[in-house]
Amino acid sequence: MSVIFVLIGVSMVVAGGFLIGFLWAVKKGQYDDHYSPSVRILFDDQEIKDQENEETHGRASKQEESENKDKKEDDSKSSQEN
Amino acid sequence: MTNIAEDTKNEACIHCGDDCGKHPVIWDGKPFCCSGCSTVFQLLNENELCSYYNIESTPGIKIEEGKFKEKFAFLDDEEISSKLYEFSEDAIRKVSLYTPGIHCSSCIWLLEHLNVLNKAVFKSTVNFVKKEVTVTFDSNELSLRQLVELLASIHYIPEITLDDLQEKKNQDANKKLLYKIGVAGFSFGNIMLLSLPEYVPGSEYLESHFKSFFGMMNFILVLPVLFYSGNDYIISAFKGLKHKFINIDVPISLGIITLFVQSSFQIFTSTGSGYMDSLAGLIFFLLIGKWYQSKSYQALSFERDYRSYFPVAVSKIIEGEEESTQINKLKKGDVILIRNQELIPADAILTKGEALIDYSFVTGESRSVLKSIGDHLFAGGKQVGGAIEMCIEKEVVQSRLTQLWNQSEEKEIYFSKLNSLIDQISKYFTLTIIVIGALAGFYWLLHDTSKAVFAFTSVLIVACPCALALSSPFALGNTMRMFGRLGIYLKGADIVEALSGVDTIVFDKTGTITQADAVRVKYKGEALSEQDLDAVKSLSRHSSHVLSTILYDHLKMSTSRKVHDFKEMVSLGLSGHIEGREVKIGSASFILASKAENLSGSTEVYVSIDGQVKGRFIMSNQYRTGLNELIESLSLNYDLHVLSGDNDAEKSNLAKIFPKNSSLLFNQSPKDKLEYIQTLKSRGRKILMIGDGLNDAGALKVSDVGISIADDIYNFSPACDAILEASKFQELKRFLSISKKGMWVVKLSFLLSFAYNIFGLYFAVQGILSPILAALLMPISSISVVAFASFTTSYFARNKEGKQILKKNDVLPSIGKVSKKRVQLN
Repeated sequence: MSVIFVLIGVSMVVAGGFLIGFLWAVKKGQYDDHYSPSVRILFDDQEIKDQENEETHGRASKQEESENKDKKEDDSKSSQEN
Repeated sequence: MTNIAEDTKNEACIHCGDDCGKHPVIWDGKPFCCSGCSTVFQLLNENELCSYYNIESTPGIKIEEGKFKEKFAFLDDEEISSKLYEFSEDAIRKVSLYTPGIHCSSCIWLLEHLNVLNKAVFKSTVNFVKKEVTVTFDSNELSLRQLVELLASIHYIPEITLDDLQEKKNQDANKKLLYKIGVAGFSFGNIMLLSLPEYVPGSEYLESHFKSFFGMMNFILVLPVLFYSGNDYIISAFKGLKHKFINIDVPISLGIITLFVQSSFQIFTSTGSGYMDSLAGLIFFLLIGKWYQSKSYQALSFERDYRSYFPVAVSKIIEGEEESTQINKLKKGDVILIRNQELIPADAILTKGEALIDYSFVTGESRSVLKSIGDHLFAGGKQVGGAIEMCIEKEVVQSRLTQLWNQSEEKEIYFSKLNSLIDQISKYFTLTIIVIGALAGFYWLLHDTSKAVFAFTSVLIVACPCALALSSPFALGNTMRMFGRLGIYLKGADIVEALSGVDTIVFDKTGTITQADAVRVKYKGEALSEQDLDAVKSLSRHSSHVLSTILYDHLKMSTSRKVHDFKEMVSLGLSGHIEGREVKIGSASFILASKAENLSGSTEVYVSIDGQVKGRFIMSNQYRTGLNELIESLSLNYDLHVLSGDNDAEKSNLAKIFPKNSSLLFNQSPKDKLEYIQTLKSRGRKILMIGDGLNDAGALKVSDVGISIADDIYNFSPACDAILEASKFQELKRFLSISKKGMWVVKLSFLLSFAYNIFGLYFAVQGILSPILAALLMPISSISVVAFASFTTSYFARNKEGKQILKKNDVLPSIGKVSKKRVQLN
């Protein structure tokens, strides 16, 4: 019967994981806006990609620029998280 | 030619869906109602963002042109812009802008593709519920002002007010509640699991080391519930007692503390398993009730004060140079420049230019006032016409308008809460259960001393008013949601209770019982030919006077022609030559020269062509649809009053609509209105005030329930308890009756929960309350009360919803987008 102690320990860890998951989701603002994500996922971003491709193929320098920006954005993200 | 044009239906603007009129702006073969809309389309087309128009049809927002040209100059001020940033490091800035224009999925799509319009934007995200767009951008390449102007150029104009500059309000309250619910739910679930062995048959064979282990686990798990999730109740009860007042949290705290002490005692002395599951469940359910009640309308603002009305900054003139200055930095003696359609931020003296001030925000009086150099100008007025300069007399916070605001702010929220039904009941409730508990304890002290303490604590435990505390949040919270669906948005669920107790209704006139923008224009006199109408329209086009604008909109079907020798005589009228004829429009004294008489008191514009008087346009307020029926039905149960800031031109019309015993007062200043409400209140009246403008703000605040009525609920409503969609005005009577039924449901739920309490007390006083009974009774009573409260309130609100939908088709088709002017041709 002592196995019950182990099982309870395991179940607490699993449940605790879900609790942490929930708290994390609240903190990240997943419950702030429940409308836009449902719409956002349906957007077809084909057109814009095409346009970006054209531009980047046309001018190499532009591509570099946009890469730099991506980097910056990543930086900004990471520093925000910090 | 003209016949053909008349027969074909006017096309709808591709951008905003408005009627394009007879002469649409054509671009790329597509019709637009104005050049503004077509400009946006061209901009989006250039950037291949036309999917905007595919997601939803005519998603665009129509705005008047050029309005934002200088409006955002203040954002160049580093001090202002730095306060708006949520994040800034190196050149990267992140800012959230409240953009009331966001209304559909196309908006989300376009605003999240800002980076296509400007490469300096890294990322933009829309929060639809809050109507906010959050943009991360490179400040080396794009200034905040440019960003805001970019948004404005696609007609999403962000609203930046002084409020935004104040300390950002902590929006974490809602998140904190969710954390608490999460923790309580986690503990509740686990404690239930660990308590279950006690309840199943054969639990007596459970080995004792299991029992003590489960007990200890329960004890540990309940600690965060009691001290983190449930601390609000204990703190609130403590505060209440400190103010010598017993609120509903007192019996709750008494219950949970007794539960905790009793259970801990049982666990540590191994005399029983305790009621930890009941304790955790209780707090969990209570928190859910709180969450349900606290859900509010985030995008709506109920707390706007003067700061939201005033611009953030104005142009100050320093040695002939213009400089954008924050208005709270304005000092006495500063000279500022106010352009057409800008608000005067502080009391001042006019020093340069000709001022025509529209005080309709402040007083409700719809006619503009002419002021000349040296005259006093009061804060809140809006300049109509050319730019003027003025010298500040008082700082913004000391101006007459701001003072009025602060004066009414004294209303104590704490005391209004005292009167709520639940808190009145809880006083007697708490005393009753303490008496019952003491009697039971005393009885057992005489008969069986071992049971005395147990009986006393059992009474406190079983009487813990969980169901009682839940019934009102769910009944009122649900009523509030139903209201939201029907077109009235409450600040909080407690407003339902206040609304149900109302016995006096006070209406504002302009914009409340009359439609704010709709003016009925009638023409009387010699019939005007199409050419004449064209001439009137072309003349009115050149003036920004209110009446000219109304006339211009009224003559939608005419074309404007070229005007020579245009002249505008301020407060008199306009004249000019059109196609070789001299056309004059204006007041009676201007056109008729001598016979300056105005018998009806209504606003009239006379027309003369080549010196010959043709006739006059009569402009009168348009009453809201369904006003007659509404007043008739309300007059049976309520005292009705009308407070108007306007003159008494409409008195005879109103007297026909309102019953004889209602009082109609005119020429009321904002302060008069406030005092009138206070006098009524001192006579013990419960007042519902309905108004729309800044001039009602004070009155709305002091009344028991202040409802502000708005065509576009996201724009410009003064601080209030509820916002009513203008198109739902005629439903007012129904809202009142739903609120009454809501309170009735609350009372029934109270009875239901009392029944459960009596059932529980039956066992408690006998000292035979077992943990399983407590564990069963608590959730059963709570859930049944919640279900009863929610279903009945939904039923009452939905009762007539079928009718409602049918009715909807009759009212104006599009609300909330652009307030459409209804013009009647006679």
